[in-house]
Amino acid sequence: MNWTTFDTWIVITGALCAMGCALPGCFLVLRKMSMMGDAISHAVLPGLAAAFLVTGSRASLTMFLGAAIVGVLTAVFTQWISRFGNVDRGAAMGIVFTTLFALGLILIKSAGHKVDLDPDCVLYGAIELTPLDTLSLFGYEIPRAAVVSGSTFLLNLLIIIILFKEFRLSAFDSGLADTLGFSSHFLHYLLMIMVAVTTVASFEAVGSVIVIAMLIVPAATALLLTHRLSLVLILSCLFAVAAAFLGHLGAITIPTWFGFSDTNTSGMMATATGFLFLLVWVFAPKTGLMAKLRNHSQELELPESL
Amino acid sequence: MDLEYLWEILTLRNYNTRLVVLSTSILGVAAGLVGSFLLLRKRSLMGDALSHATLPGIALAFGLMTAWGFDGKSLPTLLAGATISGVLGVLLMLAIRRTTRLRDDVAMGLVLSVFFGAGIALLTVVQKLPGASAAGLESFIYGQPASIIWSDFLLITTVCLGITLATLLLFKEFTLLCFDDAFAAAQGWQALRLDIALLALVTAVTVIGLQSVGLILIIAFLITPPTTARFWTNKLSRMALLSGVFGALSGWFGATVSALYKDLPAGALIVLSAACLFLLSMLLAPARGVLPRALRHRRLRQKVARQHVLRAAYEILESQCTHEHDETGAHYVDNRPFSFEALLAKRTWSPRDLGRTIRAEQRLEHLERRSDGTIVLSEAGFGEAARVTRNHRLWEAYLVTHADIAPSHVDRDADMVEHVLEADLVRELERVLRDRDAWIPMPRSPHEIPTSPS
Repeated sequence: MNWTTFDTWIVITGALCAMGCALPGCFLVLRKMSMMGDAISHAVLPGLAAAFLVTGSRASLTMFLGAAIVGVLTAVFTQWISRFGNVDRGAAMGIVFTTLFALGLILIKSAGHKVDLDPDCVLYGAIELTPLDTLSLFGYEIPRAAVVSGSTFLLNLLIIIILFKEFRLSAFDSGLADTLGFSSHFLHYLLMIMVAVTTVASFEAVGSVIVIAMLIVPAATALLLTHRLSLVLILSCLFAVAAAFLGHLGAITIPTWFGFSDTNTSGMMATATGFLFLLVWVFAPKTGLMAKLRNHSQELELPESL
Repeated sequence: MDLEYLWEILTLRNYNTRLVVLSTSILGVAAGLVGSFLLLRKRSLMGDALSHATLPGIALAFGLMTAWGFDGKSLPTLLAGATISGVLGVLLMLAIRRTTRLRDDVAMGLVLSVFFGAGIALLTVVQKLPGASAAGLESFIYGQPASIIWSDFLLITTVCLGITLATLLLFKEFTLLCFDDAFAAAQGWQALRLDIALLALVTAVTVIGLQSVGLILIIAFLITPPTTARFWTNKLSRMALLSGVFGALSGWFGATVSALYKDLPAGALIVLSAACLFLLSMLLAPARGVLPRALRHRRLRQKVARQHVLRAAYEILESQCTHEHDETGAHYVDNRPFSFEALLAKRTWSPRDLGRTIRAEQRLEHLERRSDGTIVLSEAGFGEAARVTRNHRLWEAYLVTHADIAPSHVDRDADMVEHVLEADLVRELERVLRDRDAWIPMPRSPHEIPTSPS
């Protein structure tokens, strides 16, 4: 194995992006909306395509805006369909994101060769190539993707620190939050905007596979270990960083055992989150499968009276 | 495009088109049928998780077959791989839900993202195998119905027929599972086993649909037609039937359009046709559509407002009348003109709303406005007002005597129900109340009626 600064930058970019996703992800999981990340990441395709068709360039800002708008629209349409049509939330989400995704595919295909936009690239990303595209910041050469992911992470962190109390309240008891004057509607849409913006910002950098995984899995892993929300947030960030490192390590070492050079880092980072979840699921003290098994197998002791 | 070509496509005389259109329609029927139960079990997104979970299986099957020197892209092998990893994903989901405190949606998202990530990683590796041409594998993600050949068609038809038969055989049990799984368990049907059976059918639909519509868009086939059908009926058997029909329709339409415009991806067109059907149904379906429901709601609100005006008018007349109650407790009310202001003071309603309701009543010829500004009830209006007031009082008396509601509070409670009292129910009320003091031709109000705004 040959670890270079290149690899370090890949891990740093992945870790920043993963933490940026894990923070809003905790609230998605608590609000029973885990599938929203998946829905939004598929649904933004027409936004990207439309932004490209309108401006004719792949300038980051317009693409970003288009995708973010469609991402928020996904949340709004889902809400509408489930409220006005009396449709199960999951089903409403499924209908909205498949339709938008289909629309995006058709937009891209019907524009023919004018659109230099590869759905594959949107889905899988190209984190391996991020260190090639650098910005110079304070005299250092920093990959652009790392800057984008880092700022998204900081933005999410800032919003969550400022509105921690409100988010916590509305996640656990939205009715009480409403009566106390914190509109849970506003917080819901703020969270949706955060998820959409994070998803889109991470797209270009690292691809959506990793985003969907990082939104849910670290939060779910942390939830197995603790009941305190602040700890869940911190632990999920730690798991996210660990998964980013293990994922890249796995991507460049595991295939060599079978005679291949390397594999897709985003995919491996997603797999690594699953691996960490599996570890915690099985071995967690008290709540893990092993601990439960041990508790079950303890034989009852006979009381004195018998 | 000339008409002859259009005709050739529409009548399925083109061999390729025939295969594609027929197989997507058949797939639509099976998916719609199975999807109905998935929707009612509130697990619609399970199809989403499942279809993503098939990817590592596809990649592994392709890699192993290529490594052993076989054709990596033979459909049955790939589908077998997809099935195995799909089933593994489902079992993991069920295990996570049963052994941790994480909920359904988390389990689904978890399996989905991790399996999909692993699938991408595996796919990247197996594409580097010597002698591997993985070019067609992407069609599993976006779907490529045009690649369906005769043997694929046979496979799809057989599997879909099997799925349909199995669903029909288990119709009763699945119904029980969706409506009341605890009762199903009490009857000896373990919910877990039925769930696994249902998910096995969903896996079969997903896997068989991978090739034609792709793993992202097969989800739409499982979710959209059942949700569309739900707007049209409240009966499960009809909903399942309609769902199958809608699935077939969108499959047929999407495949036909894609045969006409070869550039457009067929999977996406199928999803969009299903979405159009959904949108139309959501807005217009008579049973549960948004517009018909809003219309019914509006009609009921107008009826309630009109009845409020009539009752208020009757109570005004009642308070103006000087006759004593006779021995049965009833009293006679004369129909006299009264002022708009008196009516306005009866309830908290705005002059505009009241004016609008009065105009509606004028159109029904229940009352008229006289030249001096006063209002007088017509013969029909007076009768209707008496009937409405009587219903209200009957219901109040019933609530006071049978539901132990305090006379001072009964007005509002009665107000919520009286407007939907059917004639049958009124007769029943009369029968129940006949033997009691409460029975009077026009019962007296159990509470004082305020004559001026308080």
